[in-house]
Amino acid sequence: MNGDLKLKLGGQEFASRLIVGTGKFSSVEVMLEAIKASGAELVTVALRRFNRERPSDDLMAPLARLGVTLIPNTSGARNAEEAIRAAMLGRELSGSSFVKVEIHPNPHHLMPDPIETYEASRVLAKEGFIVLPYMPADPVLAKRLEDAGCAAVMPLGSAIGTGHGLSTAEMVKLIIADSGIPVIVDAGIRSPSEAAAAMEMGCSAVLVNSAIAAAGIPAAMASAFAAAVNAGYSARQAGIMSRCDHAVATSPLTNFLS
Amino acid sequence: MNLTVNGEKQELMEPGTLGQLLDRLGIVPERVAVMINGRVIPKTGRNDVSLREGDRLEILTFMGGG
Repeated sequence: MNGDLKLKLGGQEFASRLIVGTGKFSSVEVMLEAIKASGAELVTVALRRFNRERPSDDLMAPLARLGVTLIPNTSGARNAEEAIRAAMLGRELSGSSFVKVEIHPNPHHLMPDPIETYEASRVLAKEGFIVLPYMPADPVLAKRLEDAGCAAVMPLGSAIGTGHGLSTAEMVKLIIADSGIPVIVDAGIRSPSEAAAAMEMGCSAVLVNSAIAAAGIPAAMASAFAAAVNAGYSARQAGIMSRCDHAVATSPLTNFLS
Repeated sequence: MNLTVNGEKQELMEPGTLGQLLDRLGIVPERVAVMINGRVIPKTGRNDVSLREGDRLEILTFMGGG
């Protein structure tokens, strides 16, 4: 079991099983404090056009100082071709081969396009990327993505930013049962208990952004998530008791009082 | 010479390389990724790429994202 303690992705090992997104924070300082408190070693970032008037928005220098590994996402891509291009650009900037493939053409629900996601993931895995696809919680697609060479699959808990939690729990369990690669729940998680539940289910990690960024005190919420992820993972490793449909006494029932 | 940089028209007095343009714009080269006409230009190749009339450049950096 000891060999399993670290999260393995693309031949690299990580002590933390909490991956943090960097969107929606009120300031770079608040974001950096939250990342520190989370203990995350993997952090997602997005691409945008360089703006000379706002060079202070630059995240690269402060994130490099934290020593975290960046996972550029392909957000903004509407199809596989655009996602592949975004991945190439992200790799140029980050210097790492991690990419979170994220293709969600409909801004109303931001559901990942399974066909374009599969195609982009297949090509990028062949190109040597460490591919982490954001995907619908579909066990068939998960297996196809695994066969295509992805380093992990990232099924959604619920729609991005909604905080509706693990609405896909039953499907995520099916994905985990069949998967030979890490399963990371991405999107929808609202509170640490949901992150713990995902880990107890057998997820290898969780990716949290809005729940930390939108918290009253993001750094405090980040450390709460870190504790929850650890608790859930430890519980899973310890072996959770099975359910029983009738009561099973924990104290003796001998009639010595009568 | 006319270029489009991040969606905006720009006029350059003298043609040059991509590396020279970034330098003139005061951009720290390690902080950006560049695409010309949809093609990603590796950091190491920027001084070998001469800009041409009508080129469309995208100069990108990281922002917060999930």
